[in-house]
Amino acid sequence: MDALLQFLFSGLTVGAVYALVALGFTIIYNASDVVNFAQGEFVMLGGMITVFTYQAGLPLPLAAVIAILVTSAIGVALNKLAIEPARGAPVVSLIIITIGASIVIRGATQLIFDKQLHRFPSFSGDDPIHVLGATILPQSLWVIAGALAVFVGLWIFFTRTLTGKAVLATANNRVAAQLVGINTGWVMTLSFGLSAAIGAFAGVLVTPITLVGYDVGVALALKGFAAAMLGGMGNPKGALVGGLLLGCFEALTAGYLSSQYKEAVAFIVILGVLFVMPQGLFGSKSTERV
Amino acid sequence: MAGRNKWISLGVLALLIALLPLFFPSGYYYRVGALIFVNALSVVGLVILIGYAGQISLGHAGFAGIGAYACALAPEHLGLHPALAVLLGAVVSGVMAALIGKPILRLKGYYLAVATLGFGILVSMVLTNERALTGGPDGMNVADLGLRGLLRDMGWRLSGGEFWYMICGVVLLIGAWLALNLFDSPSGRAMRALHGSEVAASTVGVDVPRQKLRAFVISAVYASVAGSLLALQNGYITPDVAGFMHSVEMVTMAVLGGVGSVLGATFGAAILTLLPQVLTVFAEYEQLVLGLVMVLVMIFLPQGLLPSIARRLKGRDE
Repeated sequence: MDALLQFLFSGLTVGAVYALVALGFTIIYNASDVVNFAQGEFVMLGGMITVFTYQAGLPLPLAAVIAILVTSAIGVALNKLAIEPARGAPVVSLIIITIGASIVIRGATQLIFDKQLHRFPSFSGDDPIHVLGATILPQSLWVIAGALAVFVGLWIFFTRTLTGKAVLATANNRVAAQLVGINTGWVMTLSFGLSAAIGAFAGVLVTPITLVGYDVGVALALKGFAAAMLGGMGNPKGALVGGLLLGCFEALTAGYLSSQYKEAVAFIVILGVLFVMPQGLFGSKSTERV
Repeated sequence: MAGRNKWISLGVLALLIALLPLFFPSGYYYRVGALIFVNALSVVGLVILIGYAGQISLGHAGFAGIGAYACALAPEHLGLHPALAVLLGAVVSGVMAALIGKPILRLKGYYLAVATLGFGILVSMVLTNERALTGGPDGMNVADLGLRGLLRDMGWRLSGGEFWYMICGVVLLIGAWLALNLFDSPSGRAMRALHGSEVAASTVGVDVPRQKLRAFVISAVYASVAGSLLALQNGYITPDVAGFMHSVEMVTMAVLGGVGSVLGATFGAAILTLLPQVLTVFAEYEQLVLGLVMVLVMIFLPQGLLPSIARRLKGRDE
């Protein structure tokens, strides 16, 4: 029983990161119908930039804020330079563009920084907290709380603010949104900026636990995508639940079955979800327009 | 593409393969050439899947992995001749593609991309984790095909590079010929029809799921044979052949050259194979440049390099 709790703790921690990546996916997907394969790079950038600004002597909170702002700007640039010019391109092209962009970001990071793994200190120390016979790191609590806070923040943003409603309107029907005077171009910019900021935030939170290197983004993007798909593409609630579930599946597989095939869980989940219920846990059924 | 065009495409390809060696300053270029042909072969398969039938796959490296490891494992464990192992790999890949293709191909766009991606990654994970069988991430040796020795006994001495250049060139030609034949066949027409509109195609009697599956299986066999050839010519194979980045490279090559055409596929394969060779001096910039090429070509030449260039030339003539 202790072991089970222990696995769940670690599952929820990674799961919270997957959930944040999935939320980032969801925002961009809703605003632009683009699945951004560079989403994992935002997490990497958040961690890497914090590491290097912190090492340059800035206090950790300031370093983190800088990292989030810079990453957010990179997200906006990604939209302006690569996604907007290719508006209306077929899915294959958009996939190649975002994968290409992720390779560019990785290549540039490796040039500007280095190829090593890095970390910075945890926010509130490394003394494990004992809960019912299992232990959890304080940083894990930060990660989980961070994911929940982002989720609640997004919920308020999308349901209580005019700007958030404009994003939802654009997601529903771009042309109609334009007709009622919503600046959909600005909504796109906002979505990419926000999504990148959330990714970077995840990177800041999780780096003390999992370390960060220039190439950690690929796996995160794929797992985050699996989480988004499990929850139902385009649904923020689905992204949160999907991420946490996927994290727990992985931790349980590693604990009880095989740590080697832990990485396979995400992809088995993807295939299973797509075969059995392509709309995911919370997604709505879509019909094809002829 | 009428019948005449088919022979022009094949003729150009054959001439290129036959004449290029005249310009090779050293034996090393035969190696690069053979690598280009192998990549082009798997990309021709993707032209059938993406260009003809309009489906996408980010997991075809998985089939290349099956083909490659069939050549590595079957001679050792089943006592098969390496040439038969190529065949075995192709059959396994085809059957596998048929089995997973059935449920997967109901999906569209991103969902299809991710489902195939999942399949590819699972294959590469099995190859990496089953150390006892595959040697894990370090890879394993592949038996010699034996054909070069046979030719030598008959008095035809070829270097390894020359031999594989020839074999891969011939297989690519056969692959291109089959793909071009398919283009105008009833199946090819059906695939292209469903690419245009699945609903319209099904109303005129095209069995859409069946044709999609056919394209998927055929392209899987192409990828598998290409994987086998790669393993045989290197004499060595690692799970990277089945990796996600290899799948991405394959799709990029296909789209880079112009996804509708077999010649374009070869062109795309050539560029993306040569790029790292040219960039070895700037190894640190390799990733950066590769990514930029992918993004820029997709934005500025969405039809791919070859069709865009062809249109430019045509525009000037008229």
